[in-house]
Amino acid sequence: MSAAAVSVGAAMAGVVRRDLLLAARRKSEPLFTLGFFVLVASLFPLSIGPEAELLRRIAPGVLWVAALLAAMLSLGRMFAADYDDGTLEQLALAPVPIVASVTGKIIAHWLVSGFPLVVISPVLALQYGLPADVIVMLMVSLLIGTPILSLIGSIGAALTLGVRGGGVLVALLVLPLYVPALIFGAGAVDQRLAGLSPAGNLSLLGACLALAALFAPLATAAGVRIALE
Amino acid sequence: MLSAIDLECIRGTRRLFAGVSFDIEPGQCLFVQGPNGCGKTSLLRILCGLARPESGEVRWNAEPVGALAEEYRAALVYCGHANALKDDLTAGENLLASAALAGRPASGSEMRAALATLGIAHLEALPVRALSAGQKRRVALARLALSACRLWILDEPLTSLDVAAAATLAGLVDEHLERGGIAVLTSHQPIELRVQARIFAFA
Repeated sequence: MSAAAVSVGAAMAGVVRRDLLLAARRKSEPLFTLGFFVLVASLFPLSIGPEAELLRRIAPGVLWVAALLAAMLSLGRMFAADYDDGTLEQLALAPVPIVASVTGKIIAHWLVSGFPLVVISPVLALQYGLPADVIVMLMVSLLIGTPILSLIGSIGAALTLGVRGGGVLVALLVLPLYVPALIFGAGAVDQRLAGLSPAGNLSLLGACLALAALFAPLATAAGVRIALE
Repeated sequence: MLSAIDLECIRGTRRLFAGVSFDIEPGQCLFVQGPNGCGKTSLLRILCGLARPESGEVRWNAEPVGALAEEYRAALVYCGHANALKDDLTAGENLLASAALAGRPASGSEMRAALATLGIAHLEALPVRALSAGQKRRVALARLALSACRLWILDEPLTSLDVAAAATLAGLVDEHLERGGIAVLTSHQPIELRVQARIFAFA
């Protein structure tokens, strides 16, 4: 039993390491995500004008929507590359449950496309004139929220494998499912901005993460298996 | 022992094959032959559990492979049409990654030995993007030299290989069979094995 557990861990770590190596070799994809986030978040101050109060009011929602769209941008490639070159078949034939490999892919996707958004968000928040404590809350909410985006997104990515125009379909499938994370995440930042306690929203966001972490890999694994048949 | 019992495969509305049954004992090689589109790849994908047969079942040591799941996959190497290589990684990194993904991490020296077996040790540090089709195929097949799996399922392994590489592959399959392994392969070219391969021909 312990030998099996070791190989599950090794297989998952192997997937994460390989995907990070690939992202390091092909820097354009992670940079696209980050650039998209920065651009979308910067367009609003430019178009709305320098009204400090208004910018501050819309900042939590705008930054969260921008993060959500940026995280979604890279979903189309999450499994498609592996599907096209046959690696996904090999993952399905590995002597570990496919859920393990899928979880590895989700972790790698978050590290490449989700975590950088958390890191860069304070810079963008400055454009909106958010105070320091609200910026910290924005980072905390994104830190809990972006893994949800990768988890739920992976379901859409797996279900649209081999479908023509899959990228748009992923957006249509996944965006409605992102709504709870968006509401609780942006809500927490909003409440901090209004001087209220964001604990309730953060707890609900955490609950979303727990639920997604439990069920999304299973659903994604089922989607991948269907795509391979 | 690998057994196919009355396998039937339907793709879309067309029945590709039905009533396919065979037993392959340790040390035996099954050579699946037939014209394009007759269902060779579908049969191989069913054998390795990637696809489900319409009816019938595949058994490994008398147990249905569906029930064995991970235990069966631990005994199996499958080389499909697609090489499962990443263009951006080097040949060496690809081999190490595929070993790790399979939950059987290999050391650097094992990896180099496997590449050397296929005659591509000098390509270790080159990105796969820069390799020719035949060289890519050799990198993909180097997984066989690394594996201690009992069952090899090879779909058109000779595609784009030159004569020397085809002989190397035949040698690998020979050694595998002598160790008591089982091989199932398809090919449109003849493959020279020391053991007489059993032939399964689609009508």
